[in-house]
Amino acid sequence: MANEALTKELKGIALQLRRNVLEMIGVGNAGHWGGSSSLAELMSVLYFHSMRVDKTNPKNPERDRLLLSKGHAALIQYAALCELGFFPRAELQRVKSLDGLLQGHPDLTVPGIEAVTGSLGQGLSLGVGMALALRLDQKPSRVFVIMGDGEQSEGQLWEAAMAASNFKVDNLTAFIDRNKIQATGRTDEIFSIPQLDRKWSAFGWEVITTDGHDVDKIIDAINQAKTIKGKPTLIILDTIKGRGVSFAENTPAYHNGTFDQAKYAQAMAELDAQKAVI
Amino acid sequence: MEKKSLRMAYGEALVEFGKTNSDIVALEADLGKSTMSCLFKDAYPERYFEMGIAEQNMASTAAGLALAGKIPFYSTFAVFAVGRAYDQIRCSIAIPQANVRICGSSCGLSDFGDGKTHQSIEEANLMCLIPGMTVLNPVDAVETRKMVKAMITHQGPVYIRINRNELPVYTPSEGDYEIGKMTRIVEGSDVVIFATGAMVWKSVEAAALLKAEGISAEVINVSSLKPLKKSEILKYTAGKKAIVTADEQTKIGGLGSAIASLIIGEVNVPFEQIGIDDQFGTSAHSYEELLVRYGLTEKDIAQAAKKALAKGTK
Repeated sequence: MANEALTKELKGIALQLRRNVLEMIGVGNAGHWGGSSSLAELMSVLYFHSMRVDKTNPKNPERDRLLLSKGHAALIQYAALCELGFFPRAELQRVKSLDGLLQGHPDLTVPGIEAVTGSLGQGLSLGVGMALALRLDQKPSRVFVIMGDGEQSEGQLWEAAMAASNFKVDNLTAFIDRNKIQATGRTDEIFSIPQLDRKWSAFGWEVITTDGHDVDKIIDAINQAKTIKGKPTLIILDTIKGRGVSFAENTPAYHNGTFDQAKYAQAMAELDAQKAVI
Repeated sequence: MEKKSLRMAYGEALVEFGKTNSDIVALEADLGKSTMSCLFKDAYPERYFEMGIAEQNMASTAAGLALAGKIPFYSTFAVFAVGRAYDQIRCSIAIPQANVRICGSSCGLSDFGDGKTHQSIEEANLMCLIPGMTVLNPVDAVETRKMVKAMITHQGPVYIRINRNELPVYTPSEGDYEIGKMTRIVEGSDVVIFATGAMVWKSVEAAALLKAEGISAEVINVSSLKPLKKSEILKYTAGKKAIVTADEQTKIGGLGSAIASLIIGEVNVPFEQIGIDDQFGTSAHSYEELLVRYGLTEKDIAQAAKKALAKGTK
């Protein structure tokens, strides 16, 4: 049974995260709007509900870990870490600037970032290593890894998929942000990888598929994953690339696109209108 | 001269230090019986991860273990440990300065029979190129053990390369290994030979050949390829009439160019470089045969020293 207040809160946070991302990109600079925006609801659920997060100590040993294997969506993770208070809001304006805190891809210098990702395909392996270490230390912490659907062509992910099931790491949950568009076009046209769910279950994973923009369904999927023992769980999230800004939705140009003044104003107005009716 | 296996020393050291430090874990890509990480598996099976023949995943998994507080040693053949997982080493390990310890076993030409796909003529050079990476190249079993001990407490990633063959044991068993420090094996006054790994003993033999001809050669063990300290180099070039470098990697970006780049314009004496020309290895029935083929013997080193000294007298 969904908790209406919680649903409303998490939806509101998701919109705020999108707003933060848009602010970071600003006018005239290229930024990864598409694949950041498709993750807003997941980030909201993970950081503000499902994960063990210590707002006063990003390095609390008991924390859960979140790794963004699709590191180019760093802006949405920064948006969440900023809302948690892990660094001053002013850093958002300085993103990707010389001597700014926030690098173009996740870097350990940022409080709350757990690993260096961005060279695609490496995040799941990093997550397997962390999950093994936490298990050795008998910690209750869980590891969450977010992959892209375009990223599924990286062979290392499948090495990691086999390793995770070999080692039966059930404190590891992975996500695929299935937004169906990658840098230069539609994923099924660039490099088709059909039947992702069957592939992952053949690799020994429990697979759940759900709507990646429905916070209640995301919560349910994560709760279900926590009950699966003896193997890792993959949650495939069906999402819309660029979600929340009408002209950017399902548009490859906004994988790493630029907003002019008019587009920026329109995008911000659309996000604010959505927030007003939650 | 007693000879001992460096890879056996590596495996034994993992077991020895793993006994008191439960954060040490080991990963392997199906070559544990060759790298000798299998000894760790026998001693501490719960801390040993057989990753299968999947080096890229092994490298990033090791990084994950390190970022969660473990001290992972991952081992496989040098050519795969580095070449197959270069970007994983770069992004997962080196950029975050994760405490991963990488063991490249059967390095250089030491896997004589397997030929060019398994011999590595460039991996040490590649590792030296990565910012913040420490690169160690032990000369014997005793130094290997000391290096493993030093690697455990070192902050940041370390690469150690291990020769496949039994090599003479001649470094002292007492004391600890200090990363970045060179050691003098033979004292001499005319020419200084900076050598690394298996080439150090070849240089000691070269010094004996030179001595018979009235030439006094000093032999310096550069077992830390990185950090390579200018102050250490200058300590031993002072007063010498010529410099020779000797390593078992391609000359392009090898020990010779690393040393030359640090002292260029400051030490103006003739300089000769022993190493592998721009080519891959090949199969042979023995390591020694390959050292002859690629110009890496004591005679080649002695010849290079004489050539350098002769240039100085012109």
